[in-house]
This record gives sequence, C-alpha cells and structure tokens, in this order.
Amino acid sequence: MTQPVQIILAGVDPAEPDNWRLRNYLKRDGYVALKKIIANKIPPEAIIEEVKKSALRGRGGAGFPTGLKWSFMPRQYEGDKYLVCNSDEGEPGTFKDRDIMQYNPHILIEGMLIAAYAMGVKTGYNYVHGEIWKTYERMEEAVEEARQAGFLGNKILGSDFSFQLYNHHGYGAYICGEETALLESIEGKKGQPRFKPPFPASFGLYGKPTTINNTETFASVPWIIRHGGEKYLQLGRPNNGGTKIFSVSGHVNKPGNYEVPLGTPFAELLEMAGGMRGGRKLKGCIPGGSSMPVLPGDVMMKTDMDYDSIAKAGSMLGSGAVIIMDDTTCMVKALERLSYFYYEESCGQCTPCREGTGWLYRIVNRIEHGKGRPEDLDLLDNLADNIQGRTICALGDAAAMPVRAMLQHFRDEFAYHIEHKKCMV
Amino acid sequence: MLSAESLEKINREIAKYPADQKQSAVMSALAIAQDEKGWLATETMNFIAKYLEMPAIAVYEVATFYNMYNLKPLGKYKITVCTNLPCALSGGNVAADYLKQKLGIGFNETTADGLFTLKEGECMGACGDAPVLLVNNKRMCSFMSNDQIDQLLEELRK
Repeated sequence: MTQPVQIILAGVDPAEPDNWRLRNYLKRDGYVALKKIIANKIPPEAIIEEVKKSALRGRGGAGFPTGLKWSFMPRQYEGDKYLVCNSDEGEPGTFKDRDIMQYNPHILIEGMLIAAYAMGVKTGYNYVHGEIWKTYERMEEAVEEARQAGFLGNKILGSDFSFQLYNHHGYGAYICGEETALLESIEGKKGQPRFKPPFPASFGLYGKPTTINNTETFASVPWIIRHGGEKYLQLGRPNNGGTKIFSVSGHVNKPGNYEVPLGTPFAELLEMAGGMRGGRKLKGCIPGGSSMPVLPGDVMMKTDMDYDSIAKAGSMLGSGAVIIMDDTTCMVKALERLSYFYYEESCGQCTPCREGTGWLYRIVNRIEHGKGRPEDLDLLDNLADNIQGRTICALGDAAAMPVRAMLQHFRDEFAYHIEHKKCMV
Repeated sequence: MLSAESLEKINREIAKYPADQKQSAVMSALAIAQDEKGWLATETMNFIAKYLEMPAIAVYEVATFYNMYNLKPLGKYKITVCTNLPCALSGGNVAADYLKQKLGIGFNETTADGLFTLKEGECMGACGDAPVLLVNNKRMCSFMSNDQIDQLLEELRK
C-alpha cells in the first residue's frame, strides 16, 4: 500500500497553526535550495536542465512540461519580464492550492524565486482565487516575512539577484484560471482570454515576456533543486515525475488533499480518503476536475493516478481533483449542474461557447425535469462537437467534454429519463 | 468619496504595479470601495475611474464581469452558498434549502429586515469542506450542517 508523502504539503498540521511561518519553514529545509543556488552561483541553464530532468509537468490542468516552458523565455531580452503564479483555483473539485498557500506559503515563494532566477525575471505576481480571502491575507503576510528576512527584494542574500513578489486578489471569475485571461485580469480588465499565438513567453503581462505556472508546480521546485531532478523523477514514473496532490471530494468518508507519488493506484487513493461513504458502490469518478471526462467506477478501479495512465483510460489528470460519485448519484442531475456552471462562467467572447453552453444546459435541464425529447441525446453530441475545438480558450472544450463522456458511459440513464420522465436511481 | 483609510489601502495596491499601470489596481480598489459602501454605485465607480486615471466604462466592465461585486444594495450579510457538483454530493443543496427555509427567501432575495441576502455561488475551491458558504465575500464557513447554520445566523443576528 502506497503511503502519502509530504513534499509540498510538508508542515500541514491543523494542530500546529504556526507551521506556515518562516521560522518553521526554515526548520523544514526551507530556502536551502535558494541559498544553494546563490552560494554556488549555479547557472540559470543548469536549473532549467534539472527541472527538465525531473519530468515535472504543470499541475494546474494542462500537464505541460515545466522545464520546457521555462526554456521558452527569451534569455537575452533587455526589458522587463514577468513571472506569474496561477493560484486562481476554481476548477470544481480542486482545493489543493489553497492548502499550499494556507499551510506552506513559503514553499511557493521559494519556488517562484528559483524560477525567477532561472529565467532572469525581477517581478512576479501571485493571482489568488477571489473566494479565499483568508488565504490571500496569509500570502500577504508570508511575502512580508520573506521580504523582511531578505529572501525577497533587492540583492537577495547579498547577490546580484533581485526579485519582487506581489499578491493579486481575484474577485470571482472561473475564466481567470485560463492563463491569458488571468493576465488580462492583472492588467485591470475583464478576464477574457487572448488569442494564442503570440504566447505569453513572447507577449504576456503588459505585453512583456511572461511565464505562468500553477501554485503546486512552483511548490515542487525547491525539492527538485535540493535533491536533484533524477531523484524527483524516481518518486513517480517515467514522464510522470514526482508527487501530486489529489483533492478528493464527493462520496468518500474523508474528503481532503492527499499527496502521493504519481502512479499510485486509484484504489489506494480511495482507501486513503476513507473509502466510499456508507460502503456504497463507486458509480463514476471525474479524475481531474469537472472539465475532464467522467469514467465509470470499474474503469477507475483499474487505473493508476498519473498523466499517462488516466489518458489511456479515457480521461485526463487535469488539476488532480478527484470527484467521487456513488450509485445513488443521478448522472443527469450531475451533468445538469456542471453544464450550468460552464454556462454561468463562459466569458461570452466566442459564439460557440457563449451560445452553446446555454443550449447544453437548457437541454440537460429539460431531460432532468422530464421534458426531454428522443432526439435530445444526438443533439447534445452534435452541440458538443460544434463547441469543442472552436473557441479561443479551453472553456468551450471543458463544457463539451463532460457532456460527451456522460453520454458515452451513461447513455442508458439519459435515455431512461427521456422515456420514463423520471430518474432510474 | 471614499474614506482616508480606504484610499490608503488602494494606494498600497497601486504600489504593487508599474507606475504606468495603475489600472491593475482596479479590482482591489472596487473590492475596498465595496467593503466601505456595501455596494458599487455608479458614482463610486466613477470616483475610482478618476482616481486610477482610467475610463469609467472600463471600471464598469470590470465591476460587471466579476461576480463578487455587488451592483445594487444588498442585505447587511450576503451569504453565498456553493451548490456546484462536488459540494452538491456532500450536502451543498441541503444547506442551500435550509437557508432558504430559515430566512424565508430564495436566491438573489433579501430578508424584509434587510439583514440577509442569499446567493448561489460557484466553486470556491473548498470542495473537501462541503457544505461551504461565504459571508460578505471574506468569511468562509466550512462543514455547514443545519446546526452550524443555525449558530451562524444567530451570531450574525446579534
């Protein structure tokens, strides 16, 4: 049985409310990686190489290799460059970045410092999800602690390296988790995604080269520098290096965050989360946040929790939000709520998403309320086809994928609703 | 238009961004103004536009885009309940229905005494703590069983 590990969530202990403070972080080898880089004058390229070796992949949802992303930043660029942390955690099912910032904020600051050093960046912003005010205040306090101790600011630890970090507080818009919408939001505008290309590495915040990573991604970096990329890779599986925090929610006995090596069998993760509530049967699971395709329980029970295994099973690891549904769950009702969410959160920029998410919601809503028509299931498939891949950002895909997967795996249930005008569960 | 204390908070936010990018502070300026005034009247938004040297329409755009801004006067306490899927699987709707029943109002309505406004919220990033609700955007309450809701309402009524 795999045991949970504590790399990113080190120090998380509700009984020790001061564990987040700098003095306690220092006791957990905090800022050792940064000190090592500065004392040994490690070249920036060597840091990027180490991160590449670790096979660290973006923990926000897309799973893009972090070292490769860092290598896209123009090295010789003379003007300002920016580093941005995406802590706008709003993907239904995900609550890991909140705990990192609440209980171990300095690991994020140190990770950003190392990234800034590696890419020659002097200014960073951490965009914190609007609904978690207490966590935003915690980050403000942690940044101030780091500044006072000389870890942030000018000429850090007596070197030529300077880095300023600021927290930016969101105010309730799921779309700002999309990286270019987040940049627009920092610029003081509506959070509407930009066309790509140009990518943020060439045209980012205020039009300057910018790298954006997720909170958990940055938080993984100090360990990699302390122990080496190779060792981090070995914690997980080839191409799936390291540990991952899975936020387990829904019908389990102990919902919560579990940090485990990538490649841990789903069945073991489920056991860590206390197993199924009331000993019921697992009907379905969304393994990577609400935007990812649902998988039937029996498929999930045979799947391992890493990017490649979940992709092979037909879904995506996404943000690592594991939503557990037992056999009392009505899948039509579940999809109705998700479809409402995407309809509510569409930024309105692209027609297929703005109009299509409303259609999806209204059709699933009428099926749920016994007013479905026999042709509705094909219509839903058709609508999903006409949204997915036809919008500027991935919100359109995120609205379409749950619909397709629900119809693929639980079509009978939808058909039953339409025919009998009631639920089968 | 805004108190000296609010302006000082806004100035601290402006200082986070490059000197020629004052507009970046608009989100926090609106939030700070809302904390003071309870909601964002057009004149409040116009004041912020002037203060940050940006067009008023650009301020309205931001205020209407992000859903935690109050565009009209609400009850003294805005209670936002998350009913998204992960919360719904763990009692989010039970909490919402109980609040509706206790307060005698539906979503987007305010109690006659002007004390409470109820809102349906989207994911707050706290799905493991369901049922979850938010009081006036800042105070998150976790594991809100009916008993806990009773206690909260009693505390707020004092």
